[in-house]
Amino acid sequence: MPSLSRIDELRRLLADLRGPALWQQLDQLAEHRALRELVEQQFPHLSRAPAMDRRGFLRFAAAAIGGTGLSACSGPPPERIVPQQRLPETTVPGKPVFYASTLTQAGSGIGVLVETHGNRPTKIEGNPGHPSSLGATGIHAQAAIMDLWDPDRSPMILRGGTEVGAWNGVLAEFAKIRQAGGDGLRLMTPSIASPTLRAQIETLLDELPGARWHRHDAVDLSAAAEGARIAFGQALQPQYRLDRAELIALFDADLLAQGPGHLRHARDFAKRREPPQMNRLYVAEPSPTPSGSLADHRLPIGGERVAELVRLLAAKLGIGDTGAALDPTAERWIAVLAEDLRAAGPAALVAAGPAQPPSVHALVWAINHRLGAVGHTLQFIAAPRQGEPYATLLSDMEDGKVETLLMLDVNPAYDAPQSARFAEALQRIPRSVHSGLYTDETARLSHWHIPLAHALECWSDAEAHDGSASLQQPMIAPLYGARPAHEILAALLGDPRPQARDIVQAHWRQRLGDAGFDTRWHDSLRQGLIEGTAAATLRPALRELDLQWPPPLPGPVLEIRPDPTLWDGRQANNAWLQELPKPIALNTWGNLAWVGARLAQQYDIENGDVLRLSTNGASIEIAALVLPGQAQDSLTVHLGHGRRAAGRIASDVGVDVAALRPADGAWRSGPLTIEKTGERRILARVQTQDGMEGREPVRRATLAEYRQHDGALVEDETPQHSFYDANPPQTREPGKPAWGMSVDLNACLGCMNCTIACQSENNIPTVGREQVDLGRAMHWIRVDRYFEGPAETPEILSQPVPCMHCEHAPCELVCPVGATVHDDEGLNVQVYNRCVGTRFCGNNCPYSVRRFNFLQYADRDTESLRGGRNPDVTVRSRGVMEKCSFCIQRISAARIQAENEGREIGDGEVVTACQSACPTQAITFGNIADKDSAVSKKKASPRNYDLLAELNTRPRTSYLARLRNPNPALETNGEDQA
Amino acid sequence: MNGEGWLAAGTTPGDVDARIARPALAPRFGAGWRIGLSVSLLGVLVLMLTVSVLLTVGVGIWGITRPAYWGFAIANYVWWIGIGMGGTFISTALYLLRQPWRNSLSRYAETMTVFAVCVSGIFPILHLGRPWFFYWLFPYPDTMNVWPQWRSALFWDFCAILAYLLVSVLFWYVSMLPDLATLRDRAAGRMRRVVYGFLALGWQGEAREWQRLEALTRIIAALGVPLVFSVHSMVALDLSEGLLAGWHTTIFPPFFVAGALFSGFAMALVIGVPLRKRFRLEALITERHLDRLAILLLTGGLVVAYCYAAEIFMAYYSMDEYELAVTRFRFTGLYAPVYWAAIVCNVLAIQPLWWARVRRSPRWLFWIGLSVVFGMWCERIMLVLSSEYRPFLPAAWGRFMPTVWDWAMLAGSIGLFMTMLLLFVRWFPVVSMHETRQLAHESAQGSREAQA
Amino acid sequence: MSIGRPGLLARFDTPQTLLGAVQAARSQGHRGLRAWTPYPVEGLAEVLALPPSRLPLAMLLGGLAGGLGTLALQYYSAVIDYPVNIGGRPLASWPAFGPPALEMTLLCAGLVGILGLLLRSGLPRWHRPEFDWAGMEQASSDAFLLWLPLDDEDGEALRDWLLSNGARDLSRVGGDS
Repeated sequence: MPSLSRIDELRRLLADLRGPALWQQLDQLAEHRALRELVEQQFPHLSRAPAMDRRGFLRFAAAAIGGTGLSACSGPPPERIVPQQRLPETTVPGKPVFYASTLTQAGSGIGVLVETHGNRPTKIEGNPGHPSSLGATGIHAQAAIMDLWDPDRSPMILRGGTEVGAWNGVLAEFAKIRQAGGDGLRLMTPSIASPTLRAQIETLLDELPGARWHRHDAVDLSAAAEGARIAFGQALQPQYRLDRAELIALFDADLLAQGPGHLRHARDFAKRREPPQMNRLYVAEPSPTPSGSLADHRLPIGGERVAELVRLLAAKLGIGDTGAALDPTAERWIAVLAEDLRAAGPAALVAAGPAQPPSVHALVWAINHRLGAVGHTLQFIAAPRQGEPYATLLSDMEDGKVETLLMLDVNPAYDAPQSARFAEALQRIPRSVHSGLYTDETARLSHWHIPLAHALECWSDAEAHDGSASLQQPMIAPLYGARPAHEILAALLGDPRPQARDIVQAHWRQRLGDAGFDTRWHDSLRQGLIEGTAAATLRPALRELDLQWPPPLPGPVLEIRPDPTLWDGRQANNAWLQELPKPIALNTWGNLAWVGARLAQQYDIENGDVLRLSTNGASIEIAALVLPGQAQDSLTVHLGHGRRAAGRIASDVGVDVAALRPADGAWRSGPLTIEKTGERRILARVQTQDGMEGREPVRRATLAEYRQHDGALVEDETPQHSFYDANPPQTREPGKPAWGMSVDLNACLGCMNCTIACQSENNIPTVGREQVDLGRAMHWIRVDRYFEGPAETPEILSQPVPCMHCEHAPCELVCPVGATVHDDEGLNVQVYNRCVGTRFCGNNCPYSVRRFNFLQYADRDTESLRGGRNPDVTVRSRGVMEKCSFCIQRISAARIQAENEGREIGDGEVVTACQSACPTQAITFGNIADKDSAVSKKKASPRNYDLLAELNTRPRTSYLARLRNPNPALETNGEDQA
Repeated sequence: MNGEGWLAAGTTPGDVDARIARPALAPRFGAGWRIGLSVSLLGVLVLMLTVSVLLTVGVGIWGITRPAYWGFAIANYVWWIGIGMGGTFISTALYLLRQPWRNSLSRYAETMTVFAVCVSGIFPILHLGRPWFFYWLFPYPDTMNVWPQWRSALFWDFCAILAYLLVSVLFWYVSMLPDLATLRDRAAGRMRRVVYGFLALGWQGEAREWQRLEALTRIIAALGVPLVFSVHSMVALDLSEGLLAGWHTTIFPPFFVAGALFSGFAMALVIGVPLRKRFRLEALITERHLDRLAILLLTGGLVVAYCYAAEIFMAYYSMDEYELAVTRFRFTGLYAPVYWAAIVCNVLAIQPLWWARVRRSPRWLFWIGLSVVFGMWCERIMLVLSSEYRPFLPAAWGRFMPTVWDWAMLAGSIGLFMTMLLLFVRWFPVVSMHETRQLAHESAQGSREAQA
Repeated sequence: MSIGRPGLLARFDTPQTLLGAVQAARSQGHRGLRAWTPYPVEGLAEVLALPPSRLPLAMLLGGLAGGLGTLALQYYSAVIDYPVNIGGRPLASWPAFGPPALEMTLLCAGLVGILGLLLRSGLPRWHRPEFDWAGMEQASSDAFLLWLPLDDEDGEALRDWLLSNGARDLSRVGGDS
């Protein structure tokens, strides 16, 4: 078996050859020992076969080279990296290797396992050992693969926005800066999660006293910490312990699906929600969020009114005075909540979201303090020092106080509040250096642009939401000669040949001490966590609060929020994220103005109507979506769209709303004027029907009903009579596993993590805006969302729908060529190369889970995209049907493993992509023939039911009915049916 | 069989030949024909363009999508093959029933059948995502040792079309041999004599040949009836083997057969009336013929109307929520206009046929026939889409909206049909000469006996 | 048949006269008669004593072969050669195997019949000596022709006899003439 070194040898010999050149090279290589070895190892039967002619050998050689990723566009990183599993010194080409690493989103690190095939990262999995992940991943982490291989990434150093520059030129500039002692040097970064990078900046500020450091987050999450500064006198980072909370009240806070630690929050929350014991969740928010969709009581209310809500609640708990009067529903809602909170005491948790001002957070901290929750369900850790506010920088730039501006991984020319003003000021700066993944809006206005290395390409580290640090190791050498931030800063400080790995290692050697450092380093790389770095929790003393309450804006108010999938737009050029339906609203490709039903009536707005929204003396034109559950006194729009220079995917998709943001970057602005332009646009939603039409695909009950019920909560409607023998002998192979899945609707957030994880695992193509609008989106697992009840306060039900793998599969019966058949483990398999595309199976699937390649959707031309694909899954061509396969490639990998070790496949050994990504573990997969398997246990629950059981399809995927734990006091009156 | 009174009095075999053969042998042809042909050829060009785009870009150029995976292609296919049915019925069932009057109609009815079936055959193939692999439906020893999936109605239908197409084409041709021989023998120029002679395969009309042709005709007629009914039942099963509410009903096979014959008779009138006028065939295709066709049309229409009613009744009788929903969607849903158009054109428009005067008026019959042909197309569209676009899970509800390519395909298919028809009427006998000859002799003889 | 042999070709105007002549000729012991008509004349085959066509039998056999063959093929492929679980249905799903068998029955019967007709009638054969006979082309429009072999017997007697039996014009065809 050829060792990695041999393969590297070959890689050197074949270095970036394509087409005919490659073949000539192969021809000369035919006798090469490494190649011989490789071919024999890839095609063992050849060694037994009689001697093969040269041509034949070359054919296999080509196959072997393709199969081992030798033709990849970039090599492995130069330094030694450490896989997560303990592996022999030689790796088996074609078999994936997992490396623990870290990805950073919204200023907080998430531990991941990166699946690589021949040094190509192809899939992101959560790191079970990491506190922020526990094995789950968010949509941004999943999308990192697509970012890495994005052909539109910045390919080279640029000068003056256009001409090619050289690293030496950058070094020369840096030298001048150093000579000036850093006078007039401003460093602009987002909130930094990497302790090493922060340390480097501190050093820089020491060595260059003239320099100053500014923080710019397009989506500012600092309100909680600032609130703590008011309440406790120091900036603190909250730790929400939902695993301890029995009663949770969220004020405009989407704790379960956004912000630092949301994956952990979701997991902890779901754990406390397994009947017969269930926590209770109150949510007050302007737009429906995943958190709100699981609420037992949801109060739609404008973000501007939340302050009054919290003040009223505080007053009822004896803190401060009430604000302006609220409508009776809200008054009653708060009254009941206050009672519930008092009863729950320390087991309660109240939280406000980053969209709320620090004063509201301060009040919320006080409420938790009063309830005794602080230190129990709510803990605090010290917030790391970040840069000075962006506002001061902007004014300094305009006053000409800035000589040099170094922008690391920021794009203020697009995403800063009043970006136009910034762009203007930027061009008056004598020397501006920008470093980012793309030659974006800012790069084009800067004197210098340096391609920034992607997180999967370079060494670094990051702190999790609880402060524990983990390392980031490169899976692959930078594709475009890009540079890590560490090396850029080191170069600025005069290091001629900076190495990110040495910088990070030096930082930790100094922090952890020399003793046994190397083993600790090695273990940290393997585990993806540096043990014992979690921040100590503090017990801050509450101060006397003297809060200022500015008069609320008159409604309707414009809520400006980060996009649920694109966040602040830095990942806008990612087709997966563009096409991933926004949770609850389910629109794709571009942003819409979410309008409440009553407001829509008032202004006579219909879906697709283009509105002119004007505030702050600026106005935008954006299409409207009438969204049930949206507060009536507010409109919601999202950041991250309308990019002007992002690449071929994102440019001119959606509308840039930056112009409407107030200068201080607040999350809302008003007063707002709304006019209809009369124009109409397509919405590109993946679901157009809101209600269940009385068909009950989602079965529901209350906790009370569940408790008093004995036996099945949902009766089985499967017809027992059959024309044939009900269970023909050949449908089940005795002794073989029978794969099945259970989806717990009580835990489903509708967060879409499963959808994008599946897309990454199964090479699912994106189809674009118009095709989605036609109904041709390709996602194998979709998340259906139903609104039940009144449009103002509906119940929001999410239901993931993968292939049901029916035992009596209707699709199989009608395929004339046998392109979809049952295998002996009960999987309904799709044979792509046999499919002729009659599409009868698609019509005949009662669950509509089949997806058809109406056009050539998979991109076969873009070289770099090939690197990110999963080599274990076929890339489908035009004219064939496809669908969820229960990740059959993972099943067979597990089977091979088990067979090699001469044992059965164990329970939990096969984990589907959707299952592993799900933060609440709503999805369980396994062998239903084994009565002790986790999935069998789930299916034994009284909540278990089959979708459309009356059709006698005998699905292998079943659901657990959704439960609610409402407060009877609110349930009795009809005003709130949330 | 007794053919008295089915031809204008005093029509001798001689005039029969003259009347029928003259147009085919005429050196030149009317301007109307040339204009008609050029228009039809334009349609053929549109079809060729559409098909080439379809093959290069993919079926995505149509409006089909999820959940409506089937659209115009299937509806057009069902419509065209249905039109074919009427012809076969006229030439076979009426033969078995010893209906002498069929003789004047059978030829162009069969011709209509053959061309309609050819056109319909285009759609199921081009409808495929990968049309170039359509032969995978056929059981042949391939290297992967895989077979077709016999349980699929699509395979049954594949067999049905194959059988129907081959049998009807060959039978149509064979039964035309004597007439080709006539043309061969009467043709003036050498060129035509050679061509017709080649096509006639050396037919002479010897007693033994007639004997075999008679035997063949009888049995093919006997096979033709089950063929017609089974073929369109298979077409119906394409839909009703599916689970979809509105498709999954036992009434579909008879329903589709009735609809097929209905549209077939209608098309027979739409083509027959102008032919009769253009070729002055009033003596051969008499008002009595039209009357009989009209009665068939009315009967078919009533059966179809009954099926509409039965579907609605069954929905409410079963109280199955999905069936009820589909019925509601048909009445009021996105495609309600199509549904009501079908009702108006197929049920209301034929009611005048109760009056004998209407049944004997070519103009009336032409327009009623046209309305039925259109109405049946609407019905096919309605049946395919109204069940598809709102499947079981509301979250998957969607819509089908035809694109320009959908319409181009339909127009092109009509163009192709018309082209084939026009070329045929130009060069071949539109009425079976040997059969009408027989009629002429018998009627002549009958009148002689009457005088005696 | 007697293509090479000389014979008399008689033309009649009506099927009745033709039938009469044929009957008379056969009763006089004439054999090897041949007749051409513009359309199938009822009873002609009988008076000519043509053996009944075996086409129907052939079609029956062809149909049975097609139908049973299809059933057999389906069973072999679905149960023996490549058994695979389709939608939980039994490998041998007879009700589903029926329809294709029916269609194949009809197809094969039809093909056998049509091909049988052509082959047994020796078609296609684009040149036949009869085409050269005078008046032959009439048979395809309104003439009813009868051909009698003229070997040893006296042509004149036969000629008169035929005229007396309603023949219109007579011509000596075939053989060396």
